[in-house]
Amino acid sequence: MAEKTLTVAVMDAPYEAAASTTALRIVAAALTRGVNVNVFAYEGAVSLTMKDQTPHANPVKGTSVEEEQHPTTKDLVAALLALGRSEPKLTWVNCGLCVDERGAANAIDGVKRGSPADFLQLALASTNTLVIPTR
Amino acid sequence: MAQSHYVFIESRDPFDSTDTTFLADTAAELRQRGRPVTVFLVQNGVLATRAGARGSHVARLAGAGVSVLADEFSLAERGIEADELAAGARPCGIDALVDLLVQPDTKAVWH
Repeated sequence: MAEKTLTVAVMDAPYEAAASTTALRIVAAALTRGVNVNVFAYEGAVSLTMKDQTPHANPVKGTSVEEEQHPTTKDLVAALLALGRSEPKLTWVNCGLCVDERGAANAIDGVKRGSPADFLQLALASTNTLVIPTR
Repeated sequence: MAQSHYVFIESRDPFDSTDTTFLADTAAELRQRGRPVTVFLVQNGVLATRAGARGSHVARLAGAGVSVLADEFSLAERGIEADELAAGARPCGIDALVDLLVQPDTKAVWH
């Protein structure tokens, strides 16, 4: 059983900030190294897991959807949830109020709904917590 | 009491965000007080690592005994080669950051 747990708070909305990519890279690296990970998605970051995201073609380059292979954040998170299915474990919690504000309730499977109080509990039970704020 | 290890994660471009100076000053002061300190440069933060970068804090931090790490992925995205790095900056993977974060008594600050 993994002994260490890292909690990461993310806030940036998808497709806007390099920090989202970095956060997902940190989560992937931690899971690969056997570290449990909790992610608390706050504010715009709750949209990272919206099931309705679809890849698109690129009319500028003239590529089709298949050729473009556009990555969606919901697919990236789904891959991380698969990687962290058991041990190490990835727990992804979306802020419920932030979800409601954005109408982002249709999340991919495996995503939980919570509150800042849950973030506190996750942080208290973790080896360390990294907060990645918006600029 | 064990001394905390401070890990500062600098994501901002030093030429765009003058408040990167505040982070460097804080890191150097903590090191001067005997605390172990690491500055992990990521995203546009790695733009400070080019040897010719004017006003870069890298040399000062390394000279003060701060460990300065630069994310290899961010370096590659920006076309910064290993032989272009300022003395004191060490390229590494993001897994090195994870290893630091899960050490006991580590305080992590993202900027």
